[in-house]
Amino acid sequence: MSDPRLLTVAEGLGEIAAGNLSADEWFAAYADTPDGLGAYLWRPDGGGAGPAAADSGGLAGVPVAIKDIFCIEGLPATAGSRILEGYVPPYTATAVERLLEAGARVLGKTNMDEFAMGSSNENSAYGDVRNPWDLERVPGGSSGGSAAVVAGGLAPCSIGTDTGGSIRQPAALCGVVGMKPTYGSISRSGMIAFASSLDQCGPFTRDVRDAALLLAVLGGRDRRDSTSIGFPEPIALPTREDLNGIRIGVPRELSSDAEGIEPGVKRVFERTVARCEELGAEVAETYLPNARHGISAYYVLAPAEASANLARYDGVRFGLREGADSLDEMYERTRSAGFGPEVKRRIMLGTYALSSGFYDAHYGSAQRVRTLIARDFTAAFDDFDLLITPTSPSVAFELGSRAADPLAMYMSDYCTVPMSLAGIPAISIPAGLAAPDGGGPQLPVGLQITGPAFSESLILDAAHAIEGAIEFDHRPKLPGGSS
Amino acid sequence: MIDREQVLHIARLARLRLTEAEVERMSEELSGILDHVEAIGELDLEGVEPTSHVVALENVLRPDEPVPSLDRERALAGAPDSAAGSFRVPSPQA
Repeated sequence: MSDPRLLTVAEGLGEIAAGNLSADEWFAAYADTPDGLGAYLWRPDGGGAGPAAADSGGLAGVPVAIKDIFCIEGLPATAGSRILEGYVPPYTATAVERLLEAGARVLGKTNMDEFAMGSSNENSAYGDVRNPWDLERVPGGSSGGSAAVVAGGLAPCSIGTDTGGSIRQPAALCGVVGMKPTYGSISRSGMIAFASSLDQCGPFTRDVRDAALLLAVLGGRDRRDSTSIGFPEPIALPTREDLNGIRIGVPRELSSDAEGIEPGVKRVFERTVARCEELGAEVAETYLPNARHGISAYYVLAPAEASANLARYDGVRFGLREGADSLDEMYERTRSAGFGPEVKRRIMLGTYALSSGFYDAHYGSAQRVRTLIARDFTAAFDDFDLLITPTSPSVAFELGSRAADPLAMYMSDYCTVPMSLAGIPAISIPAGLAAPDGGGPQLPVGLQITGPAFSESLILDAAHAIEGAIEFDHRPKLPGGSS
Repeated sequence: MIDREQVLHIARLARLRLTEAEVERMSEELSGILDHVEAIGELDLEGVEPTSHVVALENVLRPDEPVPSLDRERALAGAPDSAAGSFRVPSPQA
């Protein structure tokens, strides 16, 4: 048989069932591939064996990469931060447990922006991740490693986390499928917290069918996360080839009027809208008037929650400690040495927003804007089954090009943050290729599809139909050039 | 505008010790971000309920029966310093 690294998850499972491939061969094909992208922080070859997986189950023998924000008992977990260097958690995240129980095997822990704060993976304390499409460009973030391994032939699938776009944006920039399901559908237990009212786990895969396969395993209520609710209906495998009878809205604020949208991204998006019409969808323009305030509300709410969640890194129970004579001095020295610049910036921003005298003006207003954005979506879903937008206003940008301007970096999440604030599901699928502003190589453009809470099966079905019509080349960029 | 004094005050609240260079940069960057964020101050938010959580949840209860949890030894295994089955820290009064 051909190179097993070219197989999707569903194809690999089929080859195993047919006796053409063993789980060990599939795993070894990836484990033996050198990581030239800086995408892994831990792999079983260098640091002992991976956790034990079940012999049977829906994902038996499927190799999977795990973002380093998920705890796995006995394996290091850094969340991309120096403050957790050497930390080995005593328990396993529920999402990872569910994968292991379904028979998936852990290929490694993937690099990420420190505590999931970033849109380029340049905020990792352990080095940059390279985009397999162009090694001088970022893979997106914060789940940059999890996107790069799937696009770069280092894993057939992976999981990441999305707080304001951290699955969808890197999926778009790396030309893979990434999905953030409805808030609460997958347990957050054992997932290192950034902004608890927004954080959600989700899969990266090469096609839509594989996303459904992983989602079906990951979802479920968990007694260790009282905000988890699972999926009300089991996730169905997508089969749709057309969009007949589906009403699709195109919110102007997040498409043609989106801040910083590149002409190439716009062209690919417009072509995709035309494809949706050809597939039988009723497509019309719609409005989300408050969506343009999403970034403002998000950059109050997420840092506020982060400043509280990250108070636990104090040098007492785990991770780094910088010695000092007094307790207060130990806290300050430990936190100042352990956190990187972006994390410090967000802790400062969040602490300011929650501080006496500013709480209502900043935090209170942002929570009210969150209500307005959620209401805009509810109103749009009265008229439309789904909404589509570009996932990211730009294609993958060059390493270092936005690192000096935090606000420019935050704008990378312009199209993805509103869904996070509303808690609704959204997927990014590759829609085509475009050159960056000012010229350069052809790079992937993502299409974002969103729907009401718990409409995952409809989103996946529509994504499957669009994916079939677009005919994007899903094969990974294998190291050494050929794909 | 976030001035130097405010930066130092927030840093104290957040238990961060910033270098001179960091204080200066933080003042500039936080001011820039807050300028953008303050656009929402112009919206009419009168009577709009705040959203703290997007999913309507009911309280989750279970019978009050003890169940095994992380044992002491494993809970202390990751600690930078421990003694007599406890986390050890420098004196809070020093």
